[in-house]
Order: sequence, then structure tokens, then C-alpha cells
Amino acid sequence: MKYIDEFRNGDLARGLAARIASEVRDDRDYRLMEFCGGHTHAIFRHGVQDLMPDKVRFIHGPGCPVCVLPVARIDCAIRLAETPGVTLCSYGDMLRVPGSKRRSLIKVQAEGGDVRMVYSLRDALRIARANPERQVVFFAIGFETTTPPTALALLEAEAEGLANFSVFCNHVLTPAAIQHILESPDLREMDSVRIDGFLGPSHVSSVIGSRPYEFFAEEFQRPVVIAGFEPLDVMQATLMLIRQINEGRHEVENQYRRVVTRDGNVKATSLVAEVFELRPSFEWRGLGEVPYSALRIRERFAAFDAERRFTLDVGKGRDVKGCACPAILRGTATPRDCKLFGTVCTPDNPMGSCMVSSEGSCAAYWTYGRFRGRASEVAA
Amino acid sequence: MSARFPVRLDARRGVVDMTHGGGGRAMAQLIQEMFVRHFDNELLRKGNDQAAFDVGAGRLVMSTDGHVVSPIFFPGGDIGSLAVHGTINDVAMAGARPLYLSAGFILEQGLPLADLERVVASMAEACRRAGVPVVTGDTKVVERGKGDGVFITTTGIGVVPDGIDISGDLARPGDAVLVSGVVGNHGVAILSERENLRFETSIVSDSAALHELVATMIEAVPDIHCLRDPTRGGLATALNELSLQSGVGMRIDEAAIPLLPEVASACELLGLDPLYVANEGKLVAICPGHRADRLLAAMRSHPLGRDAAIIGSVVEDAQGFVQMRTSFGGERIVDWLAGEQLPRIC
Repeated sequence: MKYIDEFRNGDLARGLAARIASEVRDDRDYRLMEFCGGHTHAIFRHGVQDLMPDKVRFIHGPGCPVCVLPVARIDCAIRLAETPGVTLCSYGDMLRVPGSKRRSLIKVQAEGGDVRMVYSLRDALRIARANPERQVVFFAIGFETTTPPTALALLEAEAEGLANFSVFCNHVLTPAAIQHILESPDLREMDSVRIDGFLGPSHVSSVIGSRPYEFFAEEFQRPVVIAGFEPLDVMQATLMLIRQINEGRHEVENQYRRVVTRDGNVKATSLVAEVFELRPSFEWRGLGEVPYSALRIRERFAAFDAERRFTLDVGKGRDVKGCACPAILRGTATPRDCKLFGTVCTPDNPMGSCMVSSEGSCAAYWTYGRFRGRASEVAA
Repeated sequence: MSARFPVRLDARRGVVDMTHGGGGRAMAQLIQEMFVRHFDNELLRKGNDQAAFDVGAGRLVMSTDGHVVSPIFFPGGDIGSLAVHGTINDVAMAGARPLYLSAGFILEQGLPLADLERVVASMAEACRRAGVPVVTGDTKVVERGKGDGVFITTTGIGVVPDGIDISGDLARPGDAVLVSGVVGNHGVAILSERENLRFETSIVSDSAALHELVATMIEAVPDIHCLRDPTRGGLATALNELSLQSGVGMRIDEAAIPLLPEVASACELLGLDPLYVANEGKLVAICPGHRADRLLAAMRSHPLGRDAAIIGSVVEDAQGFVQMRTSFGGERIVDWLAGEQLPRIC
């Protein structure tokens, strides 16, 4: 089959695995962070770790947009959904993410709140047009990949004068987060987690290009290989990283050349620049406040900004006690280090965000990998 | 009949109204001119509130299934044929020969009678093909906004042939796991028609009555241990249910699972795993390992089992994990579905 099987070919995988095994050095190990949840998912779904030598370890990064949204912002969305006259549109994964006191949008929906799961922003626009008496709010989340569609929707709403439509903007930026991880005391001082290289984002890079990573590859002397989301992409990029590490190089290389260019999608980035501007700071679950790591809606589109329209006060949310999502998102803990994992926190009853999205580390561990190692302790 | 109902039911332009569930003349006319006319058989014609019939000796099987699929018409079927196939299959999964069905209709005020007739005619056709008549039924009407066009609940009874003992708790380590054909078609066909998701596809629902395939199978291998139709939740859910019921684990091979390229592509596009997508005309069979080849040959001899395959085996595992060797060469769990992948798929 075109473009699916080709990238999941078992024979090619075994060939790459043999190459990786022959090139890893005996005197060291390789700790590679895959930034994106899409990579985490591919690694688990296809069993990529099984094809790797023991010396190669994947550290799961914070690149799951559902996971990194802080509780306070989930709480805001919940308050919006509870506001009379408001219809809140959201992508499916967000509905189950627990906010404070384990409230979630799916609970609000069950209690009669008008929460709609949409597959596309166009559906949210359609709902707004069809229900002029309702305030239709789109709960926008995601990295650079999902930002251009939000920008388009805001431009469309402005052109139409769609007065009952607004966006609760939670778009975040990848390079800022990677830089923050590299600067964090965990990594720099305590050296509790060493990261030798990064598998760089694939879809995000299709928009922003590979250039934005060049600064920190140089600054932090860590190689970055932009990798596609298919399992063979992950393996080939891993081999490229191992070679850079062995040769003492720290460059930005692009494995995902069939999609990503150095400059990215210029049209999309200029659309985004027209509609959004940088926030001075934004709270990430796990990373805390990260400077210039998120976008807000420009003044020109203030009328369509839900934070202004509903004067939302993004206060402090409360994570569930004992939930290790923050440490897991920083790469300093694995799901199995969390006391809640598999005991009270499962995909059916998530306590933390990492257990909700299929891109979350905990959900991937639970769904695909819990038979390994301590399987007996975490069995349902 | 025409003396009682001088003006015929307007099945072209008419709509369901509250009187059609009110117990009066309008309801009687709907029953006569819609349901009895299409489902026509001797037992129904008697006009009783129940059907009385003789059954032979042996174990009786009974099963019921509510159908709320949205949209009610979809490529390869509709809610009517689905309601017939679904219940026949649930009865057949005990190795039984289905005999009779009942049908309960919940109609929403405003449903075009033309749509209802299309559904009932399709149901009647499915019954005729399967040789399993609807012999009793019920009709209720709910106010506009309190239903979604039409909901249908069917109940079926059947008889298990002597010497057949098929149950979800009988899988044993060493048994083989088979599937009767390609998976995921029904769910993808439904999704392609969803209002907010519409996409072009040649995929049609696999909705079909499986009792004749089952009869072929038990004739060849009477000691089949388990049968299950992997409907909502797909193949993955059926395997997990059987593992849990039997207190065993399973090991399956991803490369062996039959899957149409179109379904794989659609799932890829929508971010779905085809192992969790619904089927309405497939079954999972578990039989002693040494009987697997014979069972496979029997399945493949039937048109509904043409693409059957052995996909794995039952293993000892107190935790009941279904594990899979991925086509890529790794290992993973095939877990229970968390949350809801696709609402109202059947």
C-alpha cells in the first residue's frame, strides 16, 4: 500500500536495527529525547524499542499538546462550558482531560453543558453560523501544526463579522520548550537526566522548518535530527543521531526531507504572524512558566478572543496529589515511577493529562507496553 | 383491511405522528400497512401480542440487541438490515440455528414514512435472505427531539444442535484464534457518511448474517470453543473479552490480520486503529490448535469466510493480556479501548 506499509516494513526495520547495533559504542549509552507525542506513540505502537540495543534509550518529551496544558487553563475551558449561552467546541482528546477537582469537559457535557467535539475548526465556524443566538468558543490547543488553521478561522470570522465566534487560544511553541528543557536545572546542574540528542518534531517542522533548531543545537551542543512519525523514520533518525554523537557533531539534520524544508511553510507562518503575537510567558504543565513559549491573539482580533470577551482569569489550577505528569513531561521520571500509574490512574479513569491522549507517555505505556517488566504489579 | 382503513397510509409524503404510537386506529394501520405487509408471515398475520410456536428438543438460545446507528442509511446497509443481522449473529455465536426474531421500534415524531418504509423493507429482505422471520413486534412513538428518527431493538431465539458447546469462557492455552475476514469495514463506512466527516470511499459495511457460515464451521469442527462477532470496539475488544472470560492470554500476529488497504488508509487518515473499528459481518473463532487448518478450510469454503485467517493463539496468562507481534517486528499489547472511539456505530 502506498505510503503506509512502505514506512513500516519489517525487513527494512531489521536492516536498520542491525546497522544501529553495529554502530553503538560499547563504552557509552545513548539517551535520546523524542520531543513529540507522535514519536512516542509510534515507538510504542510498533514496538520500536524492541529493535533497539539496550544502550539506546528513548526519553519521552513534552510534545503532546493535550498533556502540557496546565490545569488552570483546563479549568478556564470548563468554566466557559458552564457559562449559560456558551457552546464550547473542542478536539476530542481535550474532553477527558481532568482539571481541578477531577472535573472535565466530558462531565460538564453530561451535566447538560453544550460541549461539542469537532474534527476541524470549520465545524466550529459552521456551528457558530447556524446558532447566532449562542456564543461559540473554540478551545484552541496545539503546537505550530495546529496554529495556522486557527489563524485562518480568525481571519474568516473577521471577514464575515461572525460576532458570536471566539477562540480560547492556547497555542504553544516547540523551540521555546526544547530550549527550556535544555536550560532546566535538572539537566544542567543536577545532571539527573542526560539527553544526548533530540528526535526533532516532524509536523511542527513542516510549518516552521528546520532553521529554528539551529540555535540551540549549536548553543547546547546537542544534535537534532528532524524525524517523521513512521517507525522507520524514527529508526533512521536514531541512526543519524548515533552517528552524530559518535563523531562529536551537533548539527540539525533532516531525516524527514519528504516534508520538511529549512524554511518551512512560509505562507502558514506569515498567516500565524498576522493573527498572533508572542505571550511574554505561558505556564506549561511540567515545565512551569516558560518565557515566550506561546501565542496570543493580536489586538486587531480582540473581538474574537475568548480571554478578552469573557474576561477569563487564568488562575492557579490544582494537579492531583501524587500525579507525576510534571516530572514525566520533563523527562525526569517515567510513567512507572508514578505511584498513581496503573493503580488509580488508567486511560479509563485518568488523573493526569499524560494518561489521556494517545500521544501521552502514560497512555502509551499503559496501552502498549505495560506487559514489560513490572507487568504483574500494574495489571488491571 | 381497506374497509378498516379507507385511506391508505401515505408512505410517500407522510410522516410519523403521535397517533402512530397511540394505540388507536392510526397505530393499527401503521402495523398492518407497514410492518405486517413487509414482514408478512403466518405468525405475524395472526395479529396477537405474542407469537406461539413449537420448538424442537435441545438448548434454546436467546439474545437481544438495540440499534441506534447514525446515520440510519449507510453504504452497504441501513439500521433495518443491521438490526436483523446483529441479533441473528448474536444467536449464531452460540453455534445456534436462529429461528425467530422480534422487533421493537421507537419512532420519532416527524420521521418520514418513506424512510420508515425503506428501513422496514430492508429488514424484511434481510429476514427473507436469512430465513429468519420477525414474528412479533412493538411500536412506540416519542416526541420530536426525544429520539433520532428510529431506534430498533430485535430479539432472537435459536436452537443449539446436539453436542455443540460454544462459549466465551472455553478458550484454552494452545487453541488457535481465527478471524473470518477483513476487519474495520463497517465502522469506516459509517464514518464516511457522518455529517462532519464526510469523505469519499468505496468501502461498504460488511453487515451480514453469519449463521450459515457458523453452520458450515460447526459441521467441519464441532469442537469449536468460542465464537464472537467483533462489533463495537472491533477485533481488539472481542479478543480482550474472550481472554477475560476464559482467564487466558492471547498472542496475535499483526501481519496475519486481514485488512483492506482502503480501510487501513481511512483509519490512518482519521487516527483510528482498525483493530478497534466495528464489524457487522465478521466473527472470531477459537478452536483446538490441531483443528485450526480444518476450520480455516471450512470458513474459506463459505462466501462470508473467503478471507478468513489464523491470526494467533491462546496462551497461559493470568493477567489476560492480548499481545501482538507488530508487522514492524516489535511487541505490544492490544488493550481494551479506553473511552469511546466512535459513538453510535450500530
